[in-house]
Amino acid sequence: MKRVVDGKEVSGQSPNYLLAKFQNLVDWAVNSSRANSLWPMPFGTACCAIEFMATAASRYDFARFGMERQAFSPRQADVLICAGRLPFKLAPVIRRIYDQMPQPKWVISMGACASTGGIFDNYAMVQGIDTIVPVDVYVPGCPPRPEGLLYGILLLHKKIKGESLFDAERRRDEQPLDEKGLRLSPAEIDEVSEPFGNSVHQFRSS
Amino acid sequence: MIPGALREEVARDGETIVFVAPERLLETMTWLKNTPGQEFNYLVDVTAVEFRDRERPLQVVYFLRSLTRKADLRVKVELAASAELAVDSVWGLWHGADWLEREVFDMFGITFRGHPDLRRILMWETYAEGFPLRKDFPLRGRFSRAEQVRQALNANPEAHYSLDELSIADAWGDIPEDMRERLKRGERGTITE
Repeated sequence: MKRVVDGKEVSGQSPNYLLAKFQNLVDWAVNSSRANSLWPMPFGTACCAIEFMATAASRYDFARFGMERQAFSPRQADVLICAGRLPFKLAPVIRRIYDQMPQPKWVISMGACASTGGIFDNYAMVQGIDTIVPVDVYVPGCPPRPEGLLYGILLLHKKIKGESLFDAERRRDEQPLDEKGLRLSPAEIDEVSEPFGNSVHQFRSS
Repeated sequence: MIPGALREEVARDGETIVFVAPERLLETMTWLKNTPGQEFNYLVDVTAVEFRDRERPLQVVYFLRSLTRKADLRVKVELAASAELAVDSVWGLWHGADWLEREVFDMFGITFRGHPDLRRILMWETYAEGFPLRKDFPLRGRFSRAEQVRQALNANPEAHYSLDELSIADAWGDIPEDMRERLKRGERGTITE
């Protein structure tokens, strides 16, 4: 095998070849284990939770994808599924649940309201839970059908299988709140919370 | 004749609406509850109305039902928007008015004199933007989204229980020591600057 190093042609394997092979093997084993035994922490606040229950029940049955055990305690959970709208009053609650989950952890934002605030562009509702916790997969729909949630879960599997144990950037250990208690800058929060769709016709003062 | 009644109307569904002077509300309600032949022993709901026309007074609406007579009655009190928005609490007559009046206070800012525990019930207690169902309240709130998220994340989710609620639940012995201390001091969470 010929390779070019510093403009010269050398033969033989790279000295990193075996290490890379070993890392790939470890990543494959660890990621497959993680992806195929995700324990969900359901955070159901609205009608999306009904579809979530349908996804968990026998007809759609996400236990097929290794989510047999639903952890109703954040301390034994891998993936937080926020199903439904999130009012500001629940914002510190979901943040605390997220902080209590051990690493590695992922978040699925299920439905239009959890992802963007949906039709609830008003004083009481968080405009997308990504202003509170980092989100890995957004599932659109109002509410999404069980197939939609399953597709989101499979996308999360794909994402998990693309992670590497040896890449510190991919798995940031903590995402703490800053001194103001926010995870994004105020400008970013205002930007992602801007009205869109039909609600642009509604004035802030009306 | 109902004491304190200013006028009566019949709603479209056939129910009677009685308008009562604010200062005589408690007298009227006591009479409606205790007089034989009235016996309105159940307070269904307390709510309030503010009209688009700012000149019109706010209304506090009481839905009464007599379980023995199978009769309904609506009692309304009109409060001028320019004056102090305060009315006597009917908690002494129907204890169920506790949370109903708290909700009206939370959403409209109407004070109920003599209420045992008048604080916000739907919004958190450090909520500083005003009273959401008033007509001068902007739909998206007064603060920017970032400020709303900041205040919400800094609120204490444990602080919504009063000492009474915790002792009713017999949870007083089970909650952490620091939370007991906070509740003793009546602390409701703080917003850091």
